[in-house]
Amino acid sequence: MPDKRATEDDVVAELRSGMTIGIGGWGSRRKPMSLLRAIARSDLTDLTIASYGGPDVGLLCATGKVARVIFSFVSLDSIPLEPHFRSAVESGAITTTQHDEGTFLLGLQAAAWRVPFLPTRVGLGSDLFRANPQLRTVRSPYDDGEELVAAPAIELDAAIVHVHRADARGNGQFLGVDPYMDDLFLRAARRGFVSVERIVETEEFLAEGPVESLRIPRLLTDAVVEAPHGAHFTSCTPDYDRDEPFQREYAASAKSSEAWEAFRTKYVDLPSHADYLAQVGLP
Amino acid sequence: MNDPTRAEICVVACAEAFRGDGEIVANPIGTIPILGGRLARATFEPDLVLTDAEALFVTNDLPLGHPDAPKVVEGWNPFRMMLEITWSGRRHVMMGATQIDRYGNQNIACIGPLEAPKVQLLGFRGAPGNTINDPTSYFVANHSPRSFVEQVDVVTGIGYDRAGALGTRGRFHRIPRVVSNLGVFDFETPDRAMRVRSLHPGVTVDDVAASTGFDLVVPDDVVETRAPTDDELRLIRELFDPTGLRDNEVA
Repeated sequence: MPDKRATEDDVVAELRSGMTIGIGGWGSRRKPMSLLRAIARSDLTDLTIASYGGPDVGLLCATGKVARVIFSFVSLDSIPLEPHFRSAVESGAITTTQHDEGTFLLGLQAAAWRVPFLPTRVGLGSDLFRANPQLRTVRSPYDDGEELVAAPAIELDAAIVHVHRADARGNGQFLGVDPYMDDLFLRAARRGFVSVERIVETEEFLAEGPVESLRIPRLLTDAVVEAPHGAHFTSCTPDYDRDEPFQREYAASAKSSEAWEAFRTKYVDLPSHADYLAQVGLP
Repeated sequence: MNDPTRAEICVVACAEAFRGDGEIVANPIGTIPILGGRLARATFEPDLVLTDAEALFVTNDLPLGHPDAPKVVEGWNPFRMMLEITWSGRRHVMMGATQIDRYGNQNIACIGPLEAPKVQLLGFRGAPGNTINDPTSYFVANHSPRSFVEQVDVVTGIGYDRAGALGTRGRFHRIPRVVSNLGVFDFETPDRAMRVRSLHPGVTVDDVAASTGFDLVVPDDVVETRAPTDDELRLIRELFDPTGLRDNEVA
């Protein structure tokens, strides 16, 4: 039986500068923050980040890890615009490749199915073609002959996601109401890294949730990191809600380089997730 | 009931955007549009399917600002299933717009050139997919020459000129309504340019013209946006928005 238990730093050691990394979650919801902080304090650079973006994108931009962001939005939800991401775009520090939420999904699905694109009407007539010069159209080979958008496969070197439960083998379980696109990110990636609130025995899964919640087969995972409150300050319902006061503190840290350095020293540049939990005052 | 506020006029105007929709997903985004969608179902459009603003379809009348209110769940609708509904054409979304132009092109991506944005906004979100597949209405809380512009900086949601240029490929495009804090607008004109459908009580044609960065089509007889009924006002004030969140969006 494989034992895929690992630490955040073990996962970072598997990553390389220049990689394209997909991040699960949605906006400021269920982001793998303990893994992201480990990346932020590593010497990785020039990453391409693909995300339904929130503070994951902002944190990696603010710590200079990012060359390019593949996104359809970046938002903190209760704070509509992500200030660190905004600064990075407006200063020209990063480049972007933009998607509709749907072409993004289809791009992940195409990569997961190992096909170069999937056809859709999404994007026709819009400036998505200017915001994503990679986009092409394709003509239906059938009698309708309709010209559609060919949403290109978004192939990932690695995906990192945070879910509720997993076993040591790397089977993962969602207990929240929305799995977002997490399992698709893992399917679209060569390597999959999952952090979880709690590692359980395989026998315990069906006491935690219904069989339909077991959406991450161990085929998709290379390592499992146990990180209680690992999504903090983003939400991880039903285990916990977003920490709104902390999110406001995070957003305010974009006001000046001094404010950011203070935030970074206090919350990011810590040796481990356990030190972070102690700093924030979580069990 | 005392007189309706401007925010309450807007709620009813948003509700009216969903009149006649029948059994589709009404997906209003933002406080006043959500109140409008819930009001429409509670009154004249009972077959609408509504979410709890997260991943559940719920049948009961949910108040805003009370996340722990009991829900009667009739379905599961995580984001990826909402996208599938969008592509199937069974949805009417009401989005916001940082900029909107005379043909209904919407921008929520950035201000300034795409290549070097002066202000980075949300991004394209679902706007291209919404507008090519389903009826898409808009609510703009701050009608001004900066929001109603001659030409949007970036086309995220496509307007009638872009859809028209697509020929039959644009056949699912429709913008039923644009509601703002000043009035209600549609595109029922020969060239699909934006038209004044009604103005909210107290707003004049001159007011709205001065607040709009392009020439609106103004009919000979401009009607007033209909007032909420007493029943509607009671539902808004006592059931759907008892804490007055609507006033944060439109003063």
